[in-house]
Amino acid sequence: MYKVHLAQLSYDFKTLRNLMAKATPSRSGDYLAGVGAANNLERVAAQWALADVPLKQFLNEALVPYEQDEVTRLIIDEHDIAAFAPISHLTVGDFRNWLLSEQATTEVLTSIAQGLTPEMVAAVSKIMRIQDLILVAKKCRVMTQFRNTIGLENRLSTRLQPNHPTDNPAGVAASILDGLLYGCGDAVIGINPASDNLEATLRLLHMLNDVIERYQIPTQSCVLAHVTTTLKAIAQGAPVDLVFQSIAGTQKANDSFGINLNLLNEARHAVLELGRGTLGNNCMYFETGQGSALSANAHEGMDQQTCEVRAYAVARKFKPLLVNTVVGFIGPEYLYDGKQIIRAGLEDHFCGKLLGLPMGCDICYTNHAEADQDDMDSLLTQLAVAGNTFIMGIPGSDDVMLNYQSTSFHDALYVRQVLGLRPAPEFERWLQQQGIFNADNQLLQKSEVPALFKASLQKLGR
Amino acid sequence: MNQPNDPAVISNSWDSLKQFTPARIALGRAGISLTTRASLDFQLAHALARDAVNIPIDFSELELSLSLLGLESLTLNTQAENQQMYLQRPDLGRVLNDVTLDCLQQTTPNYTDAVIVVADGLSSKAIEHHALPFLTLLLPQLQAYHLAPVCLVKHGRVAIGDAIAEHYAARLCIVLIGERPGLSSPDSMGLYFTYQARAKLSTDADRNCISNIHSNGLSYKQALKKLMFLINEAEKLKLTGVNLKDETTEMTTDNQLQWVNFLLD
Repeated sequence: MYKVHLAQLSYDFKTLRNLMAKATPSRSGDYLAGVGAANNLERVAAQWALADVPLKQFLNEALVPYEQDEVTRLIIDEHDIAAFAPISHLTVGDFRNWLLSEQATTEVLTSIAQGLTPEMVAAVSKIMRIQDLILVAKKCRVMTQFRNTIGLENRLSTRLQPNHPTDNPAGVAASILDGLLYGCGDAVIGINPASDNLEATLRLLHMLNDVIERYQIPTQSCVLAHVTTTLKAIAQGAPVDLVFQSIAGTQKANDSFGINLNLLNEARHAVLELGRGTLGNNCMYFETGQGSALSANAHEGMDQQTCEVRAYAVARKFKPLLVNTVVGFIGPEYLYDGKQIIRAGLEDHFCGKLLGLPMGCDICYTNHAEADQDDMDSLLTQLAVAGNTFIMGIPGSDDVMLNYQSTSFHDALYVRQVLGLRPAPEFERWLQQQGIFNADNQLLQKSEVPALFKASLQKLGR
Repeated sequence: MNQPNDPAVISNSWDSLKQFTPARIALGRAGISLTTRASLDFQLAHALARDAVNIPIDFSELELSLSLLGLESLTLNTQAENQQMYLQRPDLGRVLNDVTLDCLQQTTPNYTDAVIVVADGLSSKAIEHHALPFLTLLLPQLQAYHLAPVCLVKHGRVAIGDAIAEHYAARLCIVLIGERPGLSSPDSMGLYFTYQARAKLSTDADRNCISNIHSNGLSYKQALKKLMFLINEAEKLKLTGVNLKDETTEMTTDNQLQWVNFLLD
């Protein structure tokens, strides 16, 4: 029982799970699930009570029983007591102060990451303002490598997302070339296939591999098919760089995605054996998003942000190159408007970074959400200030296959220019060598196509 | 905004790639930003998509047209009282409100084979543009069937058809509904077909969906061909859903050139 007396009222919160849900800043998905605070006072009462909870309590009171959920077992079994020791005496409220203090340097934050559970991190985020989320995330540093180096200081990478409504190869290639000529694609060139079948996946995998080899691009490719489809592709000898999978924070939700920890482990080993990384072995690409557990009716009574952070424990186990929270994709029944989307994006980034993940964000919205380009600009700018690892790059922000809006090639150039952020060093060098960027990382002032791609375009007889 | 002559605009010389994709490529730039034209183009598309979601459905024209075709219709409401509630509580859009339920229960259903439900869903424009022309093609094909009045549902989700089909004890339930609007398809209509639909029992796995019915997507005739195939198969198999596959062939519009990859071949 968690009690607090506030403004002449007494509040009892029966469980930690209940307390966490009531303390969460307002969002539509928690009301849809029936777990959100009844009013502002109840929310703030829960935040007061949560601030007094010792971090140790999260090791004693599982939000989903250990016996029934493999994500809980993963969190508890792999918790690093030694890394936790320096902060083990703190309450959630003390932990916030400590994170904001000078004691919590980049090195110290890195050293405690394995001692933190998702629930501790979710809890502290619920009593942090946006500037707190930005300030602490900015101190975290997570570096990963495959064919280039992602996550260095003052770098911002981009996933080139060249989706096409029918996976037409020329259509996909057109968006890839457009993106490369705008300096985009160092995190990954990653396609969402229009249909999740083996044949389409194989065709796209070979095509991406051939483009990267032909033009010697220091990046990696990914076809975002289901992990079982990618495993079949590997068995058929396809050139797979990164294994993709959507993941969630409960066993039940992962079941509904047709995955479990064993399957992810099998996939990671299969792709590691291909040995295609030249600089490093981070070979998984995960996507998450608040509301995914609830939409599978598998939230186990938790609020959606806590579910989300538990998914990061799943991600962390498999040493990913990239983790992407697709923040506004799921629709207004989970995140209603720009305000809710912006806060959720910054929470996810902070929580992921604190747990030691290479966290990026698909800064996005659907047309039935109360959001627009101004909201995306706000989130993009705030995330970039917070040291976000990567964003999406989609021609003109308009994904013509998935029917939603994300960040564009132009958006990446904007945020790089105003904040002095650069692409991954290996990719930056390639952009400069090909004459796409000048020595100051600016697009060349002429509309000329670089020599490397001239022949391809001339074939079209332009 | 006369772009070709604007010294502040840098255009892209790879315009020819636009033939391969509807994506917004080769937009050019002002500095590193979107040009005024590209920015306003986007705002226009977004405004159309937003209005498709937010402008309330007006069923009066559809009601009138249906009556001219000699068809009875009923206008029903769900428990989602307004647009904000509808968007945040999908569960309420799947249940009829009490007033509507009373009114429905006062009508004693005759023997019924099929119900047709038309719901605004996430795009009132989709229904205003496509429901009547599609129904005009569909109804003659259903002459052998006893039909319930066409049910027009405001703030409805797909599963609202289940309660209505159950009320009429109808074997076939056809729901026309406005789909989540894309930037390039603000008025896309979807069709969901369920055999023996029953409230709270039928799930998405029990339905067949024909999606993307709009002027740049699936034509009315293509959609009708698919639906009639599904109806005939459902009557034979006595089911719809994952065990009923649509075996009609797609007419592809891709020409041969598009399957050649200019970056590689």
